[in-house]
Amino acid sequence: MTDLRKTVAIVGVDESDEIGKVPDKSNLQHHAEAAHNALDDAGLSMKDVNGLFTAGTSTLNLAEYLGLEPSFTDTTAVGGSSFIIHIAHAMAAINAGYCDVALVTHGEAGRSRRTRPGGDAADPGAQFESPYGFLGAPILYAMAARRYMHQYGEDYARQGMAEVAVATRKWAQLNPKAYMKDDMSFDDYHNSRWISEPFHLFDCCLVTDAGGAFVITSAERAKDTKKKPVWVLGAAESHDHNLVSQMPDLTRTAAKNSGPAAMERAGVTHDDIDLAMIYDSFTYTVLTTLESLGFCGPGEAPDFVANQRTAPGGDFAMNTSGGGLSYTHSGMYGMFLVLEAVRQLRGECGDRQLDDPQLCLINGTGGQLSSTGTTVLAVD
Amino acid sequence: MAYNKPIPVPQGESDVYWQKAKEKELWLRYCNGCSEAYFYPTDFCRNPECATPRDTKWVKASGKATLFTYGIVQRAPHPGFADDVPFVTAIVELEEGPKMATNVIIENPTFDNLKIGMPLEVVFEDITDELALPKFKPV
Repeated sequence: MTDLRKTVAIVGVDESDEIGKVPDKSNLQHHAEAAHNALDDAGLSMKDVNGLFTAGTSTLNLAEYLGLEPSFTDTTAVGGSSFIIHIAHAMAAINAGYCDVALVTHGEAGRSRRTRPGGDAADPGAQFESPYGFLGAPILYAMAARRYMHQYGEDYARQGMAEVAVATRKWAQLNPKAYMKDDMSFDDYHNSRWISEPFHLFDCCLVTDAGGAFVITSAERAKDTKKKPVWVLGAAESHDHNLVSQMPDLTRTAAKNSGPAAMERAGVTHDDIDLAMIYDSFTYTVLTTLESLGFCGPGEAPDFVANQRTAPGGDFAMNTSGGGLSYTHSGMYGMFLVLEAVRQLRGECGDRQLDDPQLCLINGTGGQLSSTGTTVLAVD
Repeated sequence: MAYNKPIPVPQGESDVYWQKAKEKELWLRYCNGCSEAYFYPTDFCRNPECATPRDTKWVKASGKATLFTYGIVQRAPHPGFADDVPFVTAIVELEEGPKMATNVIIENPTFDNLKIGMPLEVVFEDITDELALPKFKPV
């Protein structure tokens, strides 16, 4: 395989103008605000963009709205992981010469939307899952978590989920843009109301309005951008089912494929990673992802995160933005993993800034624990 | 009150499944090459190793299953389920091998009375004049 390490860099990142509860903005407005903000962050503008990537809407719709005529277009939409997968695709496209400034955007009025997403009634999910109330991520992911509890122990798994919720909230308290900043004790976690057992409210990500965007360009063009380039060392993707009832193993995600592939392409090992940005759609998603990526073995994640190891001051830095659980989650959170990774590697994170991190691993999960994208980023 | 939950729309390759369900029978697609039943029904066997993916037939299932995993839904995901909470979403493992999404019908669902691995049998709930949904209840 061609060595693509450091051939492309992320040079601009940002959210939309306001995130959280933003009653009067559409999905596309969030895309556009974030896109312009990220381009400003890079010292570039819309006229530089020739590669366009998004999910949740078509790049046709988005390009028209942004006034773009891209030479490379990619609507890979496989859930919240899509934007991590777009990094792999942009890396390939830029190296092939199909584009040299790639814009990746997300926008979703998840809390305030005035429309409801539809689907194709002929699809297997509409025929064989939806009629049973298999609707919405909390219900779907809860069944995977219940299986994990069965295999590894209910109380043991529960404690791991609680550790993740509480640690992530502590990071959110250090992020001015975070939506949920109230103190959360273990008792608060255990006493929060049921959504879909085994998920309490505090096992579940937020539902917010937000957009995000980032800009990827070639090593050559990265020399002239405003800030320190954040290099892509390796990127990979995978998916192994769509519907949760078809998932080969409810305790193992496709990160088992994309994780090792991305790390091999990057030439790094687990011990090299200074920051892990792990899509936390649910507390359980973090446990299964840490195991699938190989940070620990099957059934070991609750031990791995024990004693607030991933909280501020702990020895495994994870989800320092406050995550989808407490910072923001508009619907497809993968975008926001990238924003935080880049800011940490640039040293822009204020109170929550890690001590000179060099390497960050990002893992996005999408659909019904269906798809994953893994990327390793680094700074010189 | 009119039935207000999502209603399946049968397709050519699933017509038999839905017709048989209305007759209170659970039928599966079966691959002759792999000698295995599979779910959901499609004209092609979905095992990428299969050399004869078009060589399939319909077979009647026993209706027996075990509980593979489940969740107890406390917050209705759709107005049609508002009167049902708490209700059980489940993945069951059919005696013939495939897994399917369904509901387990049980009074007062709790972790204590829903044991993974417990035996279940199919029941059919009429939802329209044409359609019935296969669901499961403890044996």
